[in-house]
Amino acid sequence: MLTLVRAVIGRDLRLAMRRQADIVSALFFFIIVVSLFPLGIGPEPDLLRKLAPGVLWVAALLATMLSLPRLFADDHRDGTLEQLALAPQPLGLVVLGKVLAHWLVSGLPLALLAPVLGLQFDLDSEALWVLTGALLIGTPALSGIGAIGAALTLGVRGGGVLLSLLVLPLYIPVLIFGAGAVDATVTGMGPQAHLSLLGALALGGLFFAPWATAAALRIALE
Amino acid sequence: MSNRLINWFKYASPQSFYPLAGKLIPWFWALAAVFGIAGLYIGFLVAPIDAQQGEGYRIIFLHVPTSWMSMFIYLVMAFWAGLGLAFNTRLSGMMAQALAPTGALMAFLSLWTGALWGKPMWGTWWVWDARLTSELILLFLYIGFIALQAAIDDPRRADKAGAILALVGVVNIPIIYFSVKWWNTLHQGASVSLTKAPSMAQTMLWGMLLCALACWMYSIAVALMRARSIMLERERHTEWVRALLDPQPAGKE
Repeated sequence: MLTLVRAVIGRDLRLAMRRQADIVSALFFFIIVVSLFPLGIGPEPDLLRKLAPGVLWVAALLATMLSLPRLFADDHRDGTLEQLALAPQPLGLVVLGKVLAHWLVSGLPLALLAPVLGLQFDLDSEALWVLTGALLIGTPALSGIGAIGAALTLGVRGGGVLLSLLVLPLYIPVLIFGAGAVDATVTGMGPQAHLSLLGALALGGLFFAPWATAAALRIALE
Repeated sequence: MSNRLINWFKYASPQSFYPLAGKLIPWFWALAAVFGIAGLYIGFLVAPIDAQQGEGYRIIFLHVPTSWMSMFIYLVMAFWAGLGLAFNTRLSGMMAQALAPTGALMAFLSLWTGALWGKPMWGTWWVWDARLTSELILLFLYIGFIALQAAIDDPRRADKAGAILALVGVVNIPIIYFSVKWWNTLHQGASVSLTKAPSMAQTMLWGMLLCALACWMYSIAVALMRARSIMLERERHTEWVRALLDPQPAGKE
C-alpha cells in the first residue's frame, strides 16, 4: 500500500517538475499578495506586526487554492484518473498520494518562503519559527480539504470560482489556529495549544479527506 | 402484520410522493398561519415590555426561530443527502435541493434581524461574536451547496456531489463552531454577552415557541412546494408527469 502512495507521489512530483512555471507562479502570487498589504495599510511597524500572522495565512490559503483545480483536471482529461479508479488498490490511497504531492509542491515552498516575508512585517525570530512551523503543520490540511472541493468541481462549469466558494469556509479552522499560533507567540502566550490543534486538524484532514475525495471522484467519473 | 404498517418506501418514489405532498401542503400552510398569527399576537400585544431592552426586544420573536431553523435545516438536508447516497433514492436528493434555499433564507434572516436588534442594543450592527460568525459561515455553506448544485447539469450527479458536500459540511460545523468560539475568547473581551440574557417571562417564551412552530410549518410547506416543482422538472419525460400536466393526450389526435 505504501508503494502505491510512494509511486503516485513520485509520478506527480515528476509531472510537477516538468512544469515548474505552475509552482513558481503560485509562489509569486503568495509574495505579491503579502506585499500588497503594507502598500494598502501603511508602513507603521507596530500595525504590520499585528497584522502579519493573518495576512500571511490568508495569502497562503489563497495560494494553495490557486493550484487546486489542476490536482485532478489533467488526469481527468487524458483518462489517467479512470485507470486509477479501476485499479485494484483503493482510490483513497491514490488520492492520499496526490494530496501529499500537492503539499510538497505548494504547501512546503510556502512554509519555507514565509519567514522571508515575515521579516518584511518586522516579526521577531521566535515568531518567524512558529510561523514556519504552523504553516508546515497546517498546509497538509489545506491540501486535504481542498482535494474534496477539487474532486467535487471536476469538469464543472466555472469550476475555479465554485471551488473557492466550497473550500474557503471549510478552511476557516485552519486559518484561525494557524494565525492564532503566531499571534499567541507575538503576545507572549506560547503557541503550543494552537499548534496541537493544528496538528489534529492536519491529521484528521489527511485521514478522512481522501475517502470523501475518492467518493466525489467516482461520482465525477460516472 | 404487514397491512398494519405504512409502507414508507412507497413514498420514496416521486410518483406517489407528488400527490401526497400536494395534499399536505395546504395543511402546513394553514398551521403556519395559525401559529404565526398566535405567536405574533402574543409577541406584540400580550408579552410585556422588557425592562432593559424596551420594545426593541420583540425582534427576537423572529430572530430566534430563524436561527434555530437555519441550523436545523442543515441537519435535515444532510440527513436527506446521506439517505440519498446510502439508498440511491431519487427523492432524497430532491428534498435536499428543495431545503437548501429555505435554509439559506433562514440564515440570512437570522443575521439580518440580529443586526437590526444589535444596533439599538449594542450600538453596532455587527460584532465578531462567535455565534454571529458561525451563523455567517453557515450561510456560506448553504451558498456553496446551492452553487454546486446549480453548476452541475446532470441532476443525478448534482445530487450526489451536493450530498458529499453537505455531509462534509455537517462534520465540519462543530469544528468551525468551536474554533470560532476559541478564537473569539482569545481576541475579544466579553464586551457583549449573549448568554447572560435575563430569564424570560412566560408569555415571551410562549410567543417565541409559537413563532418557532410557525417557522417550522412554513419551512416544510415551502420545501414541499419546491420539491414538487423539482419533481415535475426532473421527471418530465415520464408517463405520470405527462398524464398529470395534459389530462387528455389521446383526444388531441
